[in-house]
Amino acid sequence: MRGSQCVAALLRPARPWPRRGVWSLSRRVAHHSRRCLNSAPSSSRHVHNAKVPRTPTWQPVHETLLPPVIHVSPDLVDKLERLALVDFRNQEGVECLEKAIRFADQLHVVNTEFVEPMDSVLEDSSLYLREDTVHEGQCAEDVLQLAKNTLEEYFVAPPGNIPLPKREERSAMLKNSEF
Amino acid sequence: TQAGITALRAAEPLKGLGWPGNPVSVALREGRVSATDLCRKCLQRIRETHYLNAYISVTEELAMQQAEEAELRLLRGEPRGILDGVPFSVKDNFCTQGVETTCASLMLKGYTPPFNATVVQKLLDQGAVLLGKTNLDEFAMGSGSTDSSFGPVRNPWSEAVTGGRSSMELGSDWAIAGGSSGGSAAAVASLSCYLSLGSDTGGSTRNPGALCGVVALKPTYGVLSRHGLIPLVNSMDVPGILTRRVCDAAIVLDILRGPDERDSTTVPSPALDCALTEELDLTRITVGIPQEYHAPGLSPETARQWERVAAALAAAGARVREVSLPHTQHSIVCYHVLCCSEVASNMARFDGLEYGHRSSVETSTDALYAATRHEGFNDVVRRRILAGNYFLLKQNYERYFVKAQQVRRLIADDFSRVFCSGVDVLLTPTTLCDAPTYTHFTQEDNRTRSTQEDVFTQPVNMAGLPAVSVPVALSARGLPISLQLIGSKMQDKKLLSVAHWLEQQVDFPQICFRGDDEARERTQGV
Repeated sequence: MRGSQCVAALLRPARPWPRRGVWSLSRRVAHHSRRCLNSAPSSSRHVHNAKVPRTPTWQPVHETLLPPVIHVSPDLVDKLERLALVDFRNQEGVECLEKAIRFADQLHVVNTEFVEPMDSVLEDSSLYLREDTVHEGQCAEDVLQLAKNTLEEYFVAPPGNIPLPKREERSAMLKNSEF
Repeated sequence: TQAGITALRAAEPLKGLGWPGNPVSVALREGRVSATDLCRKCLQRIRETHYLNAYISVTEELAMQQAEEAELRLLRGEPRGILDGVPFSVKDNFCTQGVETTCASLMLKGYTPPFNATVVQKLLDQGAVLLGKTNLDEFAMGSGSTDSSFGPVRNPWSEAVTGGRSSMELGSDWAIAGGSSGGSAAAVASLSCYLSLGSDTGGSTRNPGALCGVVALKPTYGVLSRHGLIPLVNSMDVPGILTRRVCDAAIVLDILRGPDERDSTTVPSPALDCALTEELDLTRITVGIPQEYHAPGLSPETARQWERVAAALAAAGARVREVSLPHTQHSIVCYHVLCCSEVASNMARFDGLEYGHRSSVETSTDALYAATRHEGFNDVVRRRILAGNYFLLKQNYERYFVKAQQVRRLIADDFSRVFCSGVDVLLTPTTLCDAPTYTHFTQEDNRTRSTQEDVFTQPVNMAGLPAVSVPVALSARGLPISLQLIGSKMQDKKLLSVAHWLEQQVDFPQICFRGDDEARERTQGV
């Protein structure tokens, strides 16, 4: 019991203002708090706990430990835009990728020799497998309604098997297309 | 049942709802408040706090209809469950049948799903009343709720007058809500709903919960179904729970948990019933203080709260001991690579053909895809997709993606080692400092901010562990400071028991807006 009172006292007075209409209670709590703090080994303005570190325990990875900087070439920009089917929009977008790569390069200071890659936190659990039978269906209409362009029971797409135009032409195409 | 009595203790009265200290669910069942009145008051609160931009859509008509149905059931004495008639909100990346679901992106503007996410359906099955969909960073990518196509979310504490101090020394600036579930956190903090669903991939529920001063729970991976949660990083995403009280989070978790045939990654989990009504014997609890969680940039105020709570736990009889999670520093880097890679894959589904936005460029299928994605995604989303595609290139796959998966195992192993050594919970800060101002926060880009803000939260997602953020004090600026408790896998109940104890000790102040006092006085005793 005494323990829990002390705990309350340790925590509550830190509020820089009293609750409305509970001045007297606050004072009483503050009194308890003094008693508790005095009995604590290190009493000063706030309660210490030696287990909590007082200063940062690590520093960011230093640049000199990283592999050489990777510059993203115009060819790579083109390749990524074709693969991702999104555009960098401007030079700032490219610089942003370079920064993202630089940030990721910090991985290389970690020794991962003989470490198995982890792709799921459920790797040791047996997961439920349902019977391979249809439980739902008959919702083609609901699903088709969500599309902008359909014909009978088909989604309608423009002509396929045409590669994206070259970069300059592509920029022009996208420039005119805003939401 | 006992759980019903502690349900949703609405100690913080909704404006005009004069029952401080009474559980709202009990008040509903005893007829002291009607479900329609409660719903109306919440909707009124949403209108009054419109400037927070917490909601993307408010389903006023539907909510009133659900409230009327709940009221009839309650009058007949046949409530569907503890939450019958209780208003809630949902982050706008959970599918809701017949209600627009946007992910705060132009890509999904106007998208109305034909089904409910499992977690949403479970709340509706309980009779809970859906008020609306809450704001977020586009596709949940961010840590500020500043990158939404519907505009940024404001932190309610920025507008509060708690303790007679007004809105800090911010001038015309305001504090951010944190993210990406900033709308959900702001909605619960501003008392416009009793609970909100968020999502947590690298801290997206705990971060805004911490900055907005509400309880924010990220359960063990696999306990809650992800079916209907529009995916960001499948191997880390979990639905999150934001409430005013720890016991509320426990009740909601108990309702939502369980295997789902529609999500093959769900697993059975132990029941939580009456989890928090038993007295917790702290002398049987060992609390670990991970030394690496004093990271560069941790604010002195937050560090002080961390120390104070550690001291309080020790004073109450808990064993508090130093532990080491040596790979903590590398976790955020690993997260960055895995997140971008999974995003690159997940975002491939948005092509304009089947649902969502479709560009008018029709010269070829690829041109349609490229133009649709150009128009629909913001810079943040596009940049993550491009970085992910880079990490997944044939020549980079081993060097970045597989390397990150290896580091992920080291991080998960760090946690396992500590929990196997007899530690029950870990105590850490949730964020480096209290909520920054909008002007300050937006001086750096989204990627930089996420790597700073998620430093304490994402390691847990790597390992699939449960964690909860609990507000413990207000900073000198009058903004919440919160601490995080981390549990071992499937120990959500133990985690919440310690969080419940902590919450009772710290007595975090109640938010109060201008005008609330008069309204409360008018209705008290009625």
